[in-house]
Amino acid sequence: MKLSAVQQNCNNRRSNSFRTTGPLDSTVDGTFKSPAALFWLLLHGICCLISLVLGFRFSRIIFFLLFSSTTTTTTNLYTAAPLLKTTADVFETLTFRTPPSSPALSDPDAPSNNTIASSRVVVGRHGILVRPWPHPNATEVMKAHRIIERVQREQQLQYGIKNPRTLIVVTPTYVRTFQTLHLTGLMHSLMLVPYDLIWIVVEAGGTSNETASLLAKTGLRTIHIGFDERVPIAWEDRHQMESRMRIRALRIVREQKLDGIVMFADDSNMHSMELFDEIQSVKWIGAVSVGILVHSGNSDETSALSQKQEDEENLPVPVQGPACNSSGHLIGWHTFNSLPYVEKSATYIGDRLTVLPRKLEWAGFVLNSKLIWKEADDKPEWVKDLDMLAGNGEELESPLSLLKDASFVEPLGSCGRKVMLWWLRVEARADSKFPPGWVIDPPLEITVPAKRTPWPDVPPELPSNEKVDGIQEHREKRAAKTRISRSRNGSRSKRKRESRTVEAQVSGRHAEE
Amino acid sequence: MKISVWVFVVHLVSGFALRIIAAELEQGQHTERISGSAGDVLEDDPVGRLKVFVYELPSKYNKKILQRDPRCLTHMFAAEIFMHRFLLSSPVRTLNPEEADWFYTPVYTTCDLTPNGLPLPFKSPRMMRSAIKLISSNWPYWNRTEGADHFFVVPHDFGACFHYLEEKAIERGILPLLQRATLVQTFGQRNHVCLNEGSITIPPYAPPQKMQAHLIPPETPRSIFVYFRGLFYDVGNDPEGGYYARGARAAVWENFKDNPLFDISTEHPTTYYEDMQRAVFCLCPLGWAPWSPRLVEGVIFGCIPVIIADDIVLPFADAIPWEEIGVFVAEKDVPNLDTILTSIPPEVILRKQRLLANPSMKQAMLFPQPAQPGDAFHQILNGLARKLPHDNSIYLKPGEKLLNWTAGPVGDLKLW
Repeated sequence: MKLSAVQQNCNNRRSNSFRTTGPLDSTVDGTFKSPAALFWLLLHGICCLISLVLGFRFSRIIFFLLFSSTTTTTTNLYTAAPLLKTTADVFETLTFRTPPSSPALSDPDAPSNNTIASSRVVVGRHGILVRPWPHPNATEVMKAHRIIERVQREQQLQYGIKNPRTLIVVTPTYVRTFQTLHLTGLMHSLMLVPYDLIWIVVEAGGTSNETASLLAKTGLRTIHIGFDERVPIAWEDRHQMESRMRIRALRIVREQKLDGIVMFADDSNMHSMELFDEIQSVKWIGAVSVGILVHSGNSDETSALSQKQEDEENLPVPVQGPACNSSGHLIGWHTFNSLPYVEKSATYIGDRLTVLPRKLEWAGFVLNSKLIWKEADDKPEWVKDLDMLAGNGEELESPLSLLKDASFVEPLGSCGRKVMLWWLRVEARADSKFPPGWVIDPPLEITVPAKRTPWPDVPPELPSNEKVDGIQEHREKRAAKTRISRSRNGSRSKRKRESRTVEAQVSGRHAEE
Repeated sequence: MKISVWVFVVHLVSGFALRIIAAELEQGQHTERISGSAGDVLEDDPVGRLKVFVYELPSKYNKKILQRDPRCLTHMFAAEIFMHRFLLSSPVRTLNPEEADWFYTPVYTTCDLTPNGLPLPFKSPRMMRSAIKLISSNWPYWNRTEGADHFFVVPHDFGACFHYLEEKAIERGILPLLQRATLVQTFGQRNHVCLNEGSITIPPYAPPQKMQAHLIPPETPRSIFVYFRGLFYDVGNDPEGGYYARGARAAVWENFKDNPLFDISTEHPTTYYEDMQRAVFCLCPLGWAPWSPRLVEGVIFGCIPVIIADDIVLPFADAIPWEEIGVFVAEKDVPNLDTILTSIPPEVILRKQRLLANPSMKQAMLFPQPAQPGDAFHQILNGLARKLPHDNSIYLKPGEKLLNWTAGPVGDLKLW
């Protein structure tokens, strides 16, 4: 009786806010109107007042313990133990307020000496267990990360590609200003590929330390070979030379009998990770759609009229790749419509006109390396031998020339609908200079600013750029220094004006020379 | 003669070889067969193994209640309604009560909802009592066994104790009239008054279409280590903590709130289901009652459930080996949860994920509409079938009475 009343009062808070059932609850239990209940209510009020005075929750359970009586065995077992705990908790309430500061392990022994049939689990208020240092443990974090890695690897094995084949990536390159930019991008893409990779880099002009140092940073298996010709200045010739460099790489595949999937990654192209997953499904020769990014040349030179004309016409879809019919079979090829750009097309490397792609770029094709080998068990008959081709000296525009019958090409990427790589050609002027290895050490002796250098808006604050040889050096230095100090303190507009004056001075001086 | 012997030997050998090959293939697959203490029973078909007779109760016990509040079809106690609908059109149903093995009483005791959607159990004992009075007076089958071959679905917080507060529920105990019947309930805790021997524990109802609609590609890498969304402190009812969840949820918060491995919070994101599919472990701590729909969600989304509820009895415990599938952490070990989880060897974790990926496991946790083979409805029927045949001692001699019809609180005896 008493127990239930106490519990009811304890729980009234909860039931009143939890569900609006006050009167119903009490009619069911039927203890509301008894004098015992009134007495406990009074006691509850007194305890509340005492709690207000003392500042912590003073539990009236203490009184119950003092006048402890045993009603039913089961209720005693279930409630006596937590009552003991509760009193202990009450006196520790102050320490509980800031859990991290104190180890608050509550007393675990009280409920354990029960009879066999009853539960270990006790109803009622329990302590909140907090360990002495509730912060992450570094070894645990590392172990968890290793577990996550293992789980992800397993996921990759189960849902990703089964039996992935090695990728053989063929890249023609040569040392020039933008080489580091392009090659770093390609490098990082290849380092992310989750499959085995062999990277064949063919360098025009022979192998150089520049390229070698870049390749050394990757950690990938690279084959760096030199090609003994210099890159010509005209785009047309350069494209042909690149084809010859790629054939040279294919020869390496043939000689070393490298097994895998050959893909052609030009250093200035951009590849998405899905491309590498998609080409794993190629059987012999596959084609993917390549997005063609042509930047529309020098914006100063196009007149406003022609711009509007372009907008009105249908701009060509800039994609090269396989074309399929509705049942998914290859019926032809999409090529890039170069007509709008023909007048403004670039002829030599570094002029600021539009660089146009070939009809079908090498980058859009992937081959099974067995097609290149001299002898392979299941090599199909519709492929020509590599030696026969290159010996003729004919121009190899695209891997399609390797095939006797072009209808065997497999269209990848949901039949060419998904574009997973982009073709881009961006180069600096052929005569542009850049610090070797991109390290400015020792300071440059001569600066010959081109009319438009790769960095057109270089601020004059950089002291090394201001140095000019000869007598003017010291004057320049002092002038530069003062200019620097003034410009640093000055406002932005002042700095701009000064930069322009410096440029005018410099260009003026060179005009004299 | 010789030839036939040779043929026999060849058959034997090939049989062995195939068995080994099949076993090896299974290793490489991404699921694994599940067999619990009752054997490999998840895929058993109950049709033909038992017959269930459904009592025709007046609609005030079921249909009218549902009409008054259709929210009962979507909350986590909806299993009682869907079980009734399933049985009405199931092949195990028989219209001849003489040949029935089990008798089902369709009374929706958990459908009296507050404006917030929480069920009030205060009228449930009276409702149940009234239903039992009806069936005992209109049909002779209740009095024959005093309910020992009857089963009832009571999915409320503490089952047939009909209360949401644990002390109250313990005090009331199971409704005296249901002491001999088989109870199909979501609550399960060992050595607890509200769990009878022979009860069948079922998962709480979780809407299958809603969960299917949030599936993400399985190759999305699992990058969250431990995931949990829910209350740690029930501020409205137990602001100090220590009462709610026996202090276990509060302990999780206090110990791991700044741990980067634990993605735990009280916020309710729209990507809750998607996040579970990106997590390796999902915490399933007790709340006011030890069971929760998080277990079902974890199983569906392939997230290993970490069960923090002492002595809990999980759904279909004899058909599903939960120790091999989930991780059990004692409430007193919560401060060391990170150590416990990181010390599980990766092979064990991968095996648990393989078991969870088993489609029959996921099916067994769901109540799809219409019913599909291997789902929770069938598991309930399988459980009932495993209890057959009935022992002859359940049949009472004429005039013998075991149940006390006047036991229980006075308020329960009022008419409903």
